[in-house]
Amino acid sequence: MTKPHLQLAQETIHLLAGKPGVSGYEYKLFPSLEQTFKPLVDDIYTDNMHNCYAVKNGYASNNQTVMLAAHSDEIGLMVTHIDSKGFIHFSPIGGIDDRTLLYQEVTVHGSRDLPGIISFQPDQTKSDKKKSVKLHQMAIDIGHSSEEAQSLVKPGDIVSINRATLDLLDQTIAGKSLDNRAGITVMAVCLSELNSIKHKHNVIAVTTVQEEVGLRGAQTSTEKLNPTIAVAIDVTHAQTIDAKNQVSIHLGKGPAITIGPNIHPTMHALLTACAQDNNLPYQVQAVAGPTGTDARIIQLSSFGIPTGLLSIPLRYMHTSVETVSLKDVVSCGKLLARFIAALPDDLEDISCS
Amino acid sequence: MFLKYLSELHGVSGNEKDVRDYIIENIDNNVDSYRVDKIGNLLATKKGKSNPAIKVVLTAHMDEVGLFITEITSEGYLKFQTIGYMDVNILVSKPVIINNSVYGVIGSKAIHLQKPEERKQSFLIDQLYIDIGANSKEEAEKNVKLGDYAGFTTAFTSFGSGFYKGKALDNRAGCAVIMELLKQQYNCDLTTVFTVQEELGLRGSKIISNYLNADLAIVVETTSAMDNQEQDRENWVVELGQGPACSLMDQATIYRPELIKKTIQIAESYGIPLQLREGTAAANDAGNIHLAGAGIPTITISIPCRYIHSMSSVISQSDYTNCIELINLILNNCQEYINLPHRGWEVMK
Repeated sequence: MTKPHLQLAQETIHLLAGKPGVSGYEYKLFPSLEQTFKPLVDDIYTDNMHNCYAVKNGYASNNQTVMLAAHSDEIGLMVTHIDSKGFIHFSPIGGIDDRTLLYQEVTVHGSRDLPGIISFQPDQTKSDKKKSVKLHQMAIDIGHSSEEAQSLVKPGDIVSINRATLDLLDQTIAGKSLDNRAGITVMAVCLSELNSIKHKHNVIAVTTVQEEVGLRGAQTSTEKLNPTIAVAIDVTHAQTIDAKNQVSIHLGKGPAITIGPNIHPTMHALLTACAQDNNLPYQVQAVAGPTGTDARIIQLSSFGIPTGLLSIPLRYMHTSVETVSLKDVVSCGKLLARFIAALPDDLEDISCS
Repeated sequence: MFLKYLSELHGVSGNEKDVRDYIIENIDNNVDSYRVDKIGNLLATKKGKSNPAIKVVLTAHMDEVGLFITEITSEGYLKFQTIGYMDVNILVSKPVIINNSVYGVIGSKAIHLQKPEERKQSFLIDQLYIDIGANSKEEAEKNVKLGDYAGFTTAFTSFGSGFYKGKALDNRAGCAVIMELLKQQYNCDLTTVFTVQEELGLRGSKIISNYLNADLAIVVETTSAMDNQEQDRENWVVELGQGPACSLMDQATIYRPELIKKTIQIAESYGIPLQLREGTAAANDAGNIHLAGAGIPTITISIPCRYIHSMSSVISQSDYTNCIELINLILNNCQEYINLPHRGWEVMK
């Protein structure tokens, strides 16, 4: 029996967001990804970059493939050295705002997983309180002596932020790495929906690695699959009171369907028409150049892939309290499934239009 | 363990009820009587085995620093003020809980949307707000009202080799020490006082000092250690793992040297590690208590604490147990604190 979409989305997002999957170390998510996708698809496999592929065959396979891509990695930290007091110093992996790190609880993935706290050492000589704190003023306390710390932790070890995923009011969820575990959850909802509606084409949902450091997993996985068309699923900034003039997308008003040079016009047209036909809420996001998502590289793979982009509105991106609406996740998953089911028999038609 | 429960309870200054109720429930069988005064301080008495007995006061504050809801915006976000001293910068990217039931998060504008100069500035409190997921002011108002308190969600756990991590260790650790000591009966008469609103300027103890009378008072506290990272020795206050700390002077009290000396003597003769608190910043309830009535001889014994007034503070397990043991020894030897000649008098002789 299939789970209701809202329940599936909630369980999946809680399962995935709590796990560490810092760029380059996404393999730590494999058990959770397998648990998520195995019941929904015909086949699941991984590659040497640690991209993970979930394959759902269509009823009239003509070797045309719809690729879905949502990145699995999250921003994090890497150990650079251990000081004489046993404190761990670090560098960022991905776009971290130093100002969001103070007294965060973290896990240092040393010879075993070690709980830590990012502590702050104010520089006594220059205490300009108006200046933000910098990474070099912080270090991770793991509660061990220097000797113990040296034996447990090595430079190059990965550090992930600890954050329990919280249910807020109105089916809103907050936590770490909802960028882009929310996108992976959309693919799960989509594949679940496709189990109850007929679809012609093969669908391969890919959790891509190393998006936060340069769309690297999307590059190799698209070359590997050479899909006929592709849809990337990521997150986009949702409006908050401190970003009113910069952001027009709202939380809870449906996924954003991107339009612009990065997006094939027919893909955009089919996605918006599908949302309208199915009475699904959506917002249009106009992006004037390449997007900051996997769609950017997918479009330029092989001989050029017609690419669409669906984005889940998300507040406080790249903090450990990223916030999304489950309603947006569910409606995005449904939209994606209906879009796939309504695709023309020959996907090459999309390329020619 | 009392400390785990106390740490995870919410009791921002002015809202100490949950902490007070927990303490009452767990000391009820170990005390002769208790009462809650009009500002919310909890006083419990326990007669000693001697008669007449020396009167000793043991005190610790129940409150913790936290947040206070001051506005609900038209979009359904919550504006807040801090209660007690908190660095606003540490609030960003943290979850909070309001009324023990509603979760919220303190986000910040995404790094992608910040101008380069914004990234170099520290945060001001009026930039920050709590997001509870409400889609309107009306929905927010169904769950939160002005004057509600918000606390942090940190779990209390063992940490590293021989530490505890948790929120509000300042000063639930002091409360827990007193609760452990109340399991014993001493020769002295004990009055234990769990105070409110210490973080707002020693406000609860102001009231008790109006009616308190004792031969000796022991304030049980936590003190900022400042021993983290490769900090120069001169900037340390105390070091974790080196024992509880005896205060010399702070911004409200100059501790009497003969009491400090006696405390050092007791610690040394029983082999309990003891540090002297090298800093003089901040203040605690001793400021009011040592001025009660005609003056009560007062000492402060503190557990060294890293990241005090943050949502994730750290203390040493051995400092905690040594603090209990040291005060246990002081209570067993409290007659030695009575009628100590003032050092100035000694010099005159």
